[in-house]
Amino acid sequence: MAARKTTKKPNISKQELLEYYREMLLIRRFEEKAGQLYGMGLIGGFCHLYIGQEAVVVGLEAAASEGDKRVTSYRDHGHMLACGMDPKGVMAELTGREGGYSKGKGGSMHMFSKEKHFYGGHGIVGAQVPIGAGLAFADKYLGNDRVTFTYFGDGAANQGQVYETYNMAELWTLPVIFVIENNQYAMGTSVSRSTKSPSLWERGAAYGIPGEEVDGMDVLAVKAAGEKAVAHCRAGKGPYILEVKTYRYRGHSMSDPAKYRTREEVQKVREQRDAIEHVRELLLTGKHATEDDLKAIDKDIKAIVNEAAEFSKTSPEPALSELYTDIYADA
Amino acid sequence: MAIEVLMPALSPTMEEGTLAKWLVKEGDVVSSGDVIAEIETDKATMEFEAVDEGIVGKIIIAEGTDNVKVNAPIAVLIDDGEELSATPIASAPATAEPSAPAAAPVTPAKIVIPEEPDLPAGTDMKTQTVREALRDAMAEEMRGNENVFLMGEEVAEYQGAYKISQGLLDEFGARRVIDTPITEHGFAGLAVGAAFGGLNPIVEFMTFNFAMQAIDQIINSAAKTLYMSGGQMGCPIVFRGPNGAAARVAAQHSQDYAAWYAHVPGLKVAMPYSASDAKGLLKSAIRDPNPVIFLENEILYGKSFDVPALDGYTVPFGKARIWREGSDVTIVSFGIGMTYALEAADRLAKDGISAEVIDLRTLRPLDTETVIRSVQKTNRCVTVEEGFPVCSIGNHISAVLMQQVFDYLDAPVINLTGKDVPMPYAANLEKLALVTTDEVVEAAKTVTYR
Ligand SMILES: Cc1ncc(C[n+]2csc(CCOP(=O)(O)OP(=O)(O)O)c2C)c(N)n1
Ligand SMILES: [Mg+2]
Repeated sequence: MAARKTTKKPNISKQELLEYYREMLLIRRFEEKAGQLYGMGLIGGFCHLYIGQEAVVVGLEAAASEGDKRVTSYRDHGHMLACGMDPKGVMAELTGREGGYSKGKGGSMHMFSKEKHFYGGHGIVGAQVPIGAGLAFADKYLGNDRVTFTYFGDGAANQGQVYETYNMAELWTLPVIFVIENNQYAMGTSVSRSTKSPSLWERGAAYGIPGEEVDGMDVLAVKAAGEKAVAHCRAGKGPYILEVKTYRYRGHSMSDPAKYRTREEVQKVREQRDAIEHVRELLLTGKHATEDDLKAIDKDIKAIVNEAAEFSKTSPEPALSELYTDIYADA
Repeated sequence: MAIEVLMPALSPTMEEGTLAKWLVKEGDVVSSGDVIAEIETDKATMEFEAVDEGIVGKIIIAEGTDNVKVNAPIAVLIDDGEELSATPIASAPATAEPSAPAAAPVTPAKIVIPEEPDLPAGTDMKTQTVREALRDAMAEEMRGNENVFLMGEEVAEYQGAYKISQGLLDEFGARRVIDTPITEHGFAGLAVGAAFGGLNPIVEFMTFNFAMQAIDQIINSAAKTLYMSGGQMGCPIVFRGPNGAAARVAAQHSQDYAAWYAHVPGLKVAMPYSASDAKGLLKSAIRDPNPVIFLENEILYGKSFDVPALDGYTVPFGKARIWREGSDVTIVSFGIGMTYALEAADRLAKDGISAEVIDLRTLRPLDTETVIRSVQKTNRCVTVEEGFPVCSIGNHISAVLMQQVFDYLDAPVINLTGKDVPMPYAANLEKLALVTTDEVVEAAKTVTYR
């Protein structure tokens, strides 16, 4: 493991570390399973895996409190698992079954949970950004102290509506955290081929929004930055930008031949910066856990994921009458 | 226990592929994540990673094999020390699963085109996919006019998200084949400006769903400026890309915009079905001094047709094509709807109903003449399209028929469309939401009172 810039917070507890390990592992194993189910034809359409980026949502969820909201793009499975949505319901949505979060009508890219304050799951690049600011607008209007985590990619960061949103968010002091998940590629386009801005978070300066860059492969660094951003928002100081540097190990979606980067590049990140390996090492070297403890966690997670997969296969397809439901809310 | 390795589905529309290369041999140990084979889909060559661990016990499908069906066993993994023959093979879950995704509507791979009346007799034909025909149309026009350029997301280095621009960067260079950031409203507007400035842009939207981000520039800037400038400033531009449902990509990625754009004065709208029309119409679109919306279809990209091997072959706007002559009922469609219309006509023929099938090819201008003439003969009409039912192209055609040949109609016109719902993701519901050949057959029987 290469040395990390970020200094570890010394007071991180064993319990916390174990929790982050579990949550990141759950996302990874879940996504691997989804990849398999896609290959078997059980999941169709687009399926964007989150493998490699697990520390981002797990770190930020650790900084969130009950009632805070989140909204993201189509690369959403990790966000849903991290905010406590049921893996069974997520996987069953991926297979388009009745037991899925959207009754099978939304699929991988379009899932929601009001209960967990997860506002989607959006397929149009950048569209979730003003929506996130709108959620924050509602909270401010209603006078509570909730914050909204608005996630988007490095590619989305070039959409015009992001900047329209920045302007309004700062103008109206909205409690929204813009989380740029910079995984270095938008489909086949690397960041350097889509912009000459040296850093994405600094663009907020034009609107008066503070922010910072964060090592997204270090869950503790992400959590620390998240806490700072949350404190800023809750103090009524308006929006904050976190540009979280991360990396996606898999193709953009299942049908991406990934010719725009070398296998070596991917391999190098996996070997040197992997977020799960990092926590694993902290746990072992800090004598917080033994290999056997970690194996037991692995086994646990595998069981949860297998149960989700099983449910996603056995849950029936939606009733045909569902075609015409949910188009209008009852007046 | 031995585990079968199955041919993976590597894209939303993949049904089969070529097992291009094995990167492991029998006896090799593989672990999850290792690349074990290269597989060619219609779009790309993909690396296939193992998801299980084990020893390659047997390679079932040899490399170089074409048309390997998704989910067919291609190899068997065994555990260390295990004999292949002695172990039961884990059954392939997906094949046993009743609700695997709905297959895209099946059409014969190659469709023979009736001879175009305006082609010289004896014109040579070559078989091409719609994808190749579109690429050739752009390449030919770019060779012929230095001011034609292509701009869009992933059109250059990635060779097109759907591989329509394959090879164009190599031939024309980065000055004329331009990758954009994801910023549809921006680059659509920029291209409109470039058209005002004397160039002939082709703007590729990765799909037309994303053109919604840019619709203000398309309508308020591209379509209206000639009029607003009293005829001084035209906008010679083509906006093209896949439109309509692909397979299982759900509501935000499955919508047919034909009726939306056909609504707008100042725009021209083409929506080809065959490869020859795709080529001929795209060439016309690029040469046209007006903004043209060119609606393609992902499922049609891989279909093969005969294309005239003629220099300068173009298809005019505003001229429908009669694919099949008939006397009992007129079926009017366009784009992928033609798949259902033609299939239905075949089936109706077996039941003794003679259907005339018309492909509108362009929706603005719309060749109502050809439709009217046909209905004067058959006295019945069914329209077929994938878009939503309210304010559909079929609604417009019905109105035209009512106004102009009311007395010729022996039955109310039936408009078949997609259902009046956002596209659902679930395989069974998606199938229900789309228009089908069965519905066309049934409608034709209804209007002929059979
Ligand atoms: C408006 C719009 N344009 C294009 C697309 C197609 N598309 C889907 S994802 C994507 C790349 C986005 O990259 P990024 O924002 O970096 O997010 P990541 O996929 O890396 O998570 C593109 C071009 C889309 N869905 N919406
Ligand atoms: Mg990205």
